[in-house]
This record gives sequence, C-alpha cells and structure tokens, in this order.
Amino acid sequence: MTTNTKPDRGSVEMNSEECKGCGLCVEACPPKVLRLADRLNRYGYHPAVYAGHGCTGCGICFFVCPEPGGIKVLRRAMEPAAELAAACA
Amino acid sequence: MGSLTVTHERADSFFDTFERKAELQHQTHYCPGCGHGIVHKLLAQAIDELGIQDRTILISPVGCSVFAYYYFDVGNVQSAHGRAPAVATAVKRSRPESIVVSYQGDGDLAAIGTAEIVHAANRGEPITVIFVNNGIYGMTGGQMAPTTPLGRKSTTSPFGRNQWTEGFPVHVCELLNSLEAPVFIERVGLGNNKQIMNAAKVIKRAMENQVKGLGFSFVEVLSPCPTIWKFNPVEAQRFVREEMAKVFAIGNLRDRTKEAVQRPAATPPPAVEDIPRILGLVNGEAEAPPTGRPDRALNLHIKVAGFGGQGVLLLGEVLAEAGLESGYEVSWLPSYGPEMRSGTSNCHVRLSSDPIDSPLVSRPNVLLALNEPSLRKFLPALEPGGIVLYNGEAFPEDCARRDVRAMALPFSHLADEMGESKAGNIIMLGALLEATGLLEEEQVIGALRRLVKSQRWFELDLKALECGREEVRKQPFPLAEDYLWGV
Ligand SMILES: Cc1ncc(C[n+]2csc(CCOP(=O)(O)OP(=O)(O)O)c2C)c(N)n1
Ligand code: SF4
Ligand code: SF4
Ligand code: SF4
Repeated sequence: MTTNTKPDRGSVEMNSEECKGCGLCVEACPPKVLRLADRLNRYGYHPAVYAGHGCTGCGICFFVCPEPGGIKVLRRAMEPAAELAAACA
Repeated sequence: MGSLTVTHERADSFFDTFERKAELQHQTHYCPGCGHGIVHKLLAQAIDELGIQDRTILISPVGCSVFAYYYFDVGNVQSAHGRAPAVATAVKRSRPESIVVSYQGDGDLAAIGTAEIVHAANRGEPITVIFVNNGIYGMTGGQMAPTTPLGRKSTTSPFGRNQWTEGFPVHVCELLNSLEAPVFIERVGLGNNKQIMNAAKVIKRAMENQVKGLGFSFVEVLSPCPTIWKFNPVEAQRFVREEMAKVFAIGNLRDRTKEAVQRPAATPPPAVEDIPRILGLVNGEAEAPPTGRPDRALNLHIKVAGFGGQGVLLLGEVLAEAGLESGYEVSWLPSYGPEMRSGTSNCHVRLSSDPIDSPLVSRPNVLLALNEPSLRKFLPALEPGGIVLYNGEAFPEDCARRDVRAMALPFSHLADEMGESKAGNIIMLGALLEATGLLEEEQVIGALRRLVKSQRWFELDLKALECGREEVRKQPFPLAEDYLWGV
C-alpha cells in the first residue's frame, strides 16, 4: 500500500439541509477540506460540503458549527501498528 | 485497516425535532454564525457526557435564547428578564438532586438582572451560570449592553459608547470575583478553534462542579453576534478574538473547587399537610374540617366599596371567611390606593360552589356600596337581577337601575345610634344576610369570632348584625324566592 492510497483517518457527513452556510466550519477545518457549495439549499443558504477526502476526523468543525445536527464526524478505528505509525508521522 | 465510527454527532440532550414552527424543525432560530448555537452545542455535549440529561433543568432567559426550551430535551423553566438566577435558586433548593443551569445573555444578566446574579453568587447557590456575552442586545435589535466596548456604536449609543455618559463596560467575572462564596469563575471565548475547544472544557467543568455539589460556578462566554455587529460570521469571530477579548480578558479568575466545602444539606421542605400548623392556622383539636360541599349552589361576585376606615375590607373578609366555613370556594382581593387611612377602597369577594377562576370581580352580582362615589362607580357594572345595598336614605335620582334589586338604608346613621359609628359595615352585613339568607348565622358569627380580635368589638358586631336584620324585617326586601345566585 502506498501513502497516497492510504485511507483518510476521518470523514464527515454534512447535513446540508440543516446548514445555514455561515462558513465557520470552512474557516475552522485545519486541512481545509470543507467549502461552501455554489448551490443553495431549501432555505436559500449555500451549504457547506466536504471535498470527499483529506479529513483527519479531528472534530473541530463539529464544535464550531452552531447547528445541533449540522455535522457528524467519523474516525477510523486504527490497528495498533497503524496508530503508532500515525502518531510518529 | 479499521472501519469508520462516529465520534461527534448531534447530542442526545437536544430534541430530535424543534417544534417551534411547522418549518425549519431541524434548525435553531439563531442567525447564521450566532454564538448561542455554539454555546448550546457545548452545553448539550457536556450534559450528554456527564450523563445528567434526566436531572438537568435549564432556566432560559429573555433575549435571543428565549427559545432554548425548544432545543434542549431537559427540564425547563422560562424566566422573566434577568430573573433566571432567582428562579434557578428556587428550583435548586426545592430539587437539590437536579442540575440547574441559568443560561443568560448580557442584557439579561448584566443590566436588568444585575441584582439577581450578584446575590445568587453571594449566596453561593450551587448552580451553574452560563453567561453569553455578545456585547449587545441582540433580540431587540442592537441597543447598548453594559458590556458594549467603549467607542462601539449601537442604536442607543449612536456616536459610540462614551464612558462619561454611558459608563465603562461592566466586567461581570471580576465583579463576582470580589465576593466570598463563588467557587468557580472563568471567562472563555468563541474567537477561534482553540478558544472554542477550551470553552467546551470549561463549560463541562462548571457542570461537573455542580454534579459534585461544590458550589456556585460561573462561565462567561465571549460570543459573536454577527447580525447586530454587521459582520459576516467569520469576521464576527475575529471581533470576539481581537476586540472583545481585549476588553474582557480570557482566563480563569477563581477555582476553589479543591477547597470547596460541601454545603450543609438543606432542611427538607415540610410536608404539605403540615403547612397549616406551621402557619398557625390550626386553633386546636376542636377545629372541625369543612363539611364538604354545601347544599346550596352559589356563584357570588361581590364588590364591597367605600372609603378607607368604613370597614370595607373587613366586611369582605367576613363574607369570605363565613363562605369558607360553609364549604364554598372563596377568594378575597383587597384593592386600595397608597393612602393608608383615607381615599377610596374596595374589595373583590368570590364565593362559589365550583373552583374559582379569577379573584377579580368586574361584573358583580352583589354590590355593597358604603358611599355615593362607590355607588356611582360600580352600579353600572352590576349584573341585571343583581342586588345592591347602599349606605344612604335613598338612591340619588340620577343613579338608580330598574333591572336590579336595590335597598338603601342609612347604615352609618344606624351605627351612630348604636353608639359606634364604625359598625355600619356589619349592620349592612346583617341586612344582606336577612334579605337573602345567603349564609347561616353560625358560620358568620364564627367568622367574626376569628377576625375580630377584641371582645368589645366582637360583641358590638353581634349587636350590629342583629340591628341590620331587624331593619330588613321592618321593610322586607324585594327578592324573588326562586332567584338563583349566579348559577
Ligand atoms: C422586563 C423586560 N424588559 C425589557 C424587555 C425587552 N428585551 C427583550 S430581550 C432584551 C435584551 C436581551 O439582550 P441580551 O440579554 O444581551 O440577549 P441577546 O438577545 O443578545 O442574546 C430586552 C431588553 C423584556 N422582554 N422584558
Ligand atoms: S473533522 Fe477536522 S479535518 Fe475533518 S472536516 Fe472537520 S475540521 Fe476538517
Ligand atoms: S458551521 Fe455548520 S451551519 Fe455553518 S456552514 Fe458549516 S455546517 Fe453550515
Ligand atoms: S441577533 Fe445576534 S445574538 Fe441574536 S440570534 Fe442573531 S446573531 Fe445571535
């Protein structure tokens, strides 16, 4: 397995119908893998969307989002060896 | 390679749907980027993590967060503007096992509610206060708050806050830190990721302190209000970081959680059955309980009116007390001006076979008018078919009604003749009872015995009652046998 095919450590599920397009998550995300979509959601906001890769599962976007169910964060449970590798990386 | 598992998601302490409106049942009502949304999330998260959802009671304020009860799936009491710490005190004291959170804005806590927060803190009430300081009144459209930074414009400081006219920004944490009792005081911010993650920790600490019974914990959160400050959400975050945090230094001001001594357990509240005894309402064993529902259905709306000193209130009280003794539901509501001994006074008395909806009497069916101004004022409101007793020789010509039963007698003169001019009220009572047979003599005398402390006056009143009855026997009152008293 090469480094660029290594799966991301985390992922996010963005609830674009709850989103108010405030952009705080976009600003907060350390690897900058979120952006506001060009399209509008049902309430007329540009919802935040995930680029699809690069999430570390840090959870920051979850805390900065003012909407209770705007963002769900997932993390990959790592095998001990991989965890060590990630920690040393 | 492991699989993905959820680490952060909507807290259980939020309702699944927000039923405030038919629309938008998953969104809060807050503006995009509003700090209230973030503070809600951090608080809900803390409640989840501490496993206290079932015993948390949130006291929501007046301000943009007035609807917090639509979002948090915990116990809720919505309080009047600024009063949340007082309400929280009551809730915590009556349910010591609950976790009580007073959630307040800066207009709510630092302006109209200054007294409540200072004294709740000073008493060291073991509650948690979350103080959302956005430096402005959000809900009402941007008036200056006590926490608005100097120079900042608002609708009520259109040239910028000026220390000479509006005073300096109020530092609530520092103010409370001058008190002895609080155990935990910290100011946090929502100005960037680091501040927000720290705010999460501190809010959880403040909740945990309460779970451990440590004492008053206070967290001030410097919070963005993008809408009123006219910033986009990211700029508003910067404003918190660069301006608010300069005026209000972020950090812990007090952590006495280690030294905190457990408050002595509050004495448990008395049993409800015990309250009459504690209030001295039980005279002795002889007191018989009310005899259940009276035979006769009644729904009396009585207005007694006169000038101060005529015994208006006592007359009403005797009626209510005798009604109570006879098994009716009763209420007695005095209404008088600021004058102690002069001016007009009146009281509202209800006596009913059924529970009383309101103690106010606006459409009386019995009017006892002890002077002419009272007659003129209240006669028009008397129910058709109702009864009016007037303290005078005759009704004034321009003040009479044909559709009510009316009796005029010079009660005060009769009292003068008895040698005690103040007994006119009880003579009137005697006349009313004789004319209507509304209440039994025994209950009325029992009421007088309890209400009139002096033996001399008690005996005088017995004479006065009889005098009133006698007058009516002389000139019988036109009352139809089958008249139903308000029912
Ligand atoms: C007794 C009373 N006085 C005044 C008001 C009007 N009022 C409603 S919200 C508010 C200020 C709220 O400001 P703040 O506490 O800072 O909350 P925010 O809306 O900024 O979250 C005022 C003055 C009221 N509702 N009740
Ligand atoms: S969890 Fe972290 S890395 Fe992933 S999207 Fe959110 S902020 Fe970005
Ligand atoms: S922080 Fe929440 S509401 Fe704001 S853009 Fe991101 S997902 Fe949408
Ligand atoms: S006015 Fe300000 S405090 Fe109120 S909801 Fe909007 S952003 Fe939040």
